[in-house]
Amino acid sequence: MFFEAHHIVKHFGGLSAVGGVSFRVDKGEIFGLIGPNGSGKTTIFNLINGFHSLSHGEIFFEGARISGLKTHEICRRGIGRTFQVVKPLKRMTVLDNVIASAFLRSRTKSQAIDLAEETIEFCGLGPCRDKPAGGLPIASRKRLEIARALATKPKLLLLDETAAGLNHTELEEAIELISRIRTAGVTIIIVEHIMKVIMTISDRILAINHGLAITEGTPKEVATHPEVITAYLGADYVA
Amino acid sequence: MRQHRVPLILLAYLAIFPLGAVVPGVLGVLQKAASVFPEWLQVYLLWFTDTYLLNLMILVLMWVTIGSAWNLIAGYTGQVSFGDAAFFGTGAYAAGLLSTKLGLSAWWGFLVGGPLAVLVAFPFGWICFRLRGAYFALATLALNEVMRHIATIWQSLTKGMVGIMIMPTFVSKLPYYYIALGLAVLSIVCIEIVVNSRWGYYFISIREDQDAAESMGIDTHYYKMVSLCIAACLTGLAGAFWMNYNGSIDPRSVFSLHDISIMAILVGIVGGVSTTYGPAVGAFIMVAVSEVFRTGGFGMLEGLARMTNSPATEVVAKYVKEAHALSFGLLVIVIILFLPNGVVGDWPRLKRALWPWSGKKA
Amino acid sequence: MEVFFQTLVAGVLKGGLYALIGLGMALIMGVMGIINLAHGQLMMVAMYITFVLFHYLGVDPYRALPISMVSLFLLGIFIQKFLLNPLMKVESILPENQVLMTVGIGIVLTETARFIFSSNFRSVMTSYSTAVFFVGGISFSVALCFAFLCAILLTAGMFWFLLKTDLGRCIRAVAQDNEAARLMGVNAERIKVLTMGIGAMLVAAAGTMLMPVYYLFPDIGGPFTRKAFVITILGGLGSTVGAIFGGLTLGLVEAFGATYIGMDYEDMLGLIIFILVLLFLPGGFKRLTKV
Repeated sequence: MFFEAHHIVKHFGGLSAVGGVSFRVDKGEIFGLIGPNGSGKTTIFNLINGFHSLSHGEIFFEGARISGLKTHEICRRGIGRTFQVVKPLKRMTVLDNVIASAFLRSRTKSQAIDLAEETIEFCGLGPCRDKPAGGLPIASRKRLEIARALATKPKLLLLDETAAGLNHTELEEAIELISRIRTAGVTIIIVEHIMKVIMTISDRILAINHGLAITEGTPKEVATHPEVITAYLGADYVA
Repeated sequence: MRQHRVPLILLAYLAIFPLGAVVPGVLGVLQKAASVFPEWLQVYLLWFTDTYLLNLMILVLMWVTIGSAWNLIAGYTGQVSFGDAAFFGTGAYAAGLLSTKLGLSAWWGFLVGGPLAVLVAFPFGWICFRLRGAYFALATLALNEVMRHIATIWQSLTKGMVGIMIMPTFVSKLPYYYIALGLAVLSIVCIEIVVNSRWGYYFISIREDQDAAESMGIDTHYYKMVSLCIAACLTGLAGAFWMNYNGSIDPRSVFSLHDISIMAILVGIVGGVSTTYGPAVGAFIMVAVSEVFRTGGFGMLEGLARMTNSPATEVVAKYVKEAHALSFGLLVIVIILFLPNGVVGDWPRLKRALWPWSGKKA
Repeated sequence: MEVFFQTLVAGVLKGGLYALIGLGMALIMGVMGIINLAHGQLMMVAMYITFVLFHYLGVDPYRALPISMVSLFLLGIFIQKFLLNPLMKVESILPENQVLMTVGIGIVLTETARFIFSSNFRSVMTSYSTAVFFVGGISFSVALCFAFLCAILLTAGMFWFLLKTDLGRCIRAVAQDNEAARLMGVNAERIKVLTMGIGAMLVAAAGTMLMPVYYLFPDIGGPFTRKAFVITILGGLGSTVGAIFGGLTLGLVEAFGATYIGMDYEDMLGLIIFILVLLFLPGGFKRLTKV
């Protein structure tokens, strides 16, 4: 089993943010996670990469239990993530941002620089590699998030709303980048609000609401599921 | 190498000129060498032939070491320490106790002082870095106080408020000067190497965004500890040096919040946090400022009062001497408000403000 | 047993004043998100105001209470408006520059006091400074009892203000979520100015009421700043309820420490509490109650 979340639960005080969600992700696929605002998607990411500790349940990655490990240990195991609210290292250049990340899989600095440059080219950030990350436009910041995550050579990549706030062309580019990442052999779990993105690139989708799973299946199955439509997409999506 | 050119020239100057103060014959050679320069410049070139100024330069160099160390943990790693005196004092007491309790030379303090400061820093950092936010800053303040209390209360070991006195090894200031210079160069080089390595990237990442750093696979707790331990070690070395140079220490002077911890912060922020040479510039400025106030403008104000026989000037001279600590407080406020990244960090801005015409081209 | 109860009384009475000091600190911590390292120094200023009023104008310390509170309220407003708020717009690498600023302010206040009043010890000797009454063989200092009552009244008033008035709600809103409050139309900068004023006012009250039974010199601010941050750490950063319990706890610990361990260790004890809290109860009392 590549990745499995087994009945994960998270309480904040008396509030239950995630109420027992289970899902599996196979190697090589793009797994979509959808749900309205506040339904617990980002919390699930935070549980996977260890920002929050689980109240109940377990998470397995490549056969080993990763729940309970620290965030950096989980990253070392091969799970990278991006943030919905981007977190650029503002006063470092784009290149330095990625170098700092690339050190994880490099023994020397020159190796790290090579890996970083390669990753930056791969993500199409070449033109702004020497600019400070704080001054980038939003599309580039989102790409920087991805580049930084990729530089840790993840086997599983968690993408949190990578397409939010992008215009039409940027959106196309983002979709293209994600499929290139998949081609490079990285498994992806993606949280996305923009239906166009998630419906076109996901192999399977899990819909959640109020921290509970509604349904799981191919994009088509999920999109036509009545509960999903009422709870999340609204009646006019089908029309 | 180009950005290091000016500092290297300065270093060469610092290395040669003090020789004139003691070694016979050298002064003449230096005067000859300096005579090719215009007369007004010669005064500055021969600066170090005076022992009083040599003493000040030793202080500057010691503060370069402490300021650079503070800069590593606060400027680069973003964990602001308010209690550098804890490490400084530990180093100083390590050296002093070796001499009074074990009968060894206090110079062994250089071997023991650094590691002992790390020994204090390690459990401390391990506890504090588990928490984020203001905890570390507060805890360093507390550590500062705890160490001072320990040094005061543990009379059987430290002689309490009486402190420790040892006989200085050298009469001349020159050996101390070169040791201090070596220490300052060591710390700058050491930190420059660290900052440009994997550790440096990790430190800055932690400062910029701890969540991002964690999810990039950086063990933030561990690397904050690394940064703190390096800083503590260098500060401890400076403390050991101070014991040897000054010959006497007591809890109030080496664990002083104002004179050591705040001074270290000032050296860092006046010069410029997160820059290689910022602390060096800061150390120079701060020792100068503190000396100007301590001596009432190098005694000039008093001299003026005597010359003019004016009681008003005498009063001013008296107040200026007393305003020593006040000036530190005001300086903190002014620097944070107007030069938050220090003289080096805000140099382009400062240059524009000082010479408005020079920036026109750019 | 008598010694025990006597110590208990002394600790609680002192704790009441500490609670007042901690309350101001916690408010500032909650709203500004910073530790005010000039808190004790503000108290020192209030104490000097009380001293001057008593010594030169013959004003009784309790009559001086409103004057010192209003003066410190204005001083707090000045500090926040002209020294701390501008920092929000300054692009600085150092993350703790506001805390550093309060350190600078603390030094300036201390040294200015030294400039004016020199380092000599001062005190305010009133007719009731040493007055005590006895209940069951245990002595109660009149001045401290009065101070304790005032502290309770002020604390209660403060909570009424925070819970029942619009302004108080605004303060709590900013403390909870600065950004959200701003979007709801709360002028966060003005709220911060107000909070700093209130925090300074509360600590001024504590200082003035301490004056009849305490002594005064310029460096007195530092130890009280340390006490204030031990209280806030103990109570949980930014928790007002926690600060009251933190204050009482510190008062008790100091009193019992002084009685049973020795006077020398009074300052140490606070710091030991601080370390113990960091080790075993990170988050302070707030953590226990989940308030």
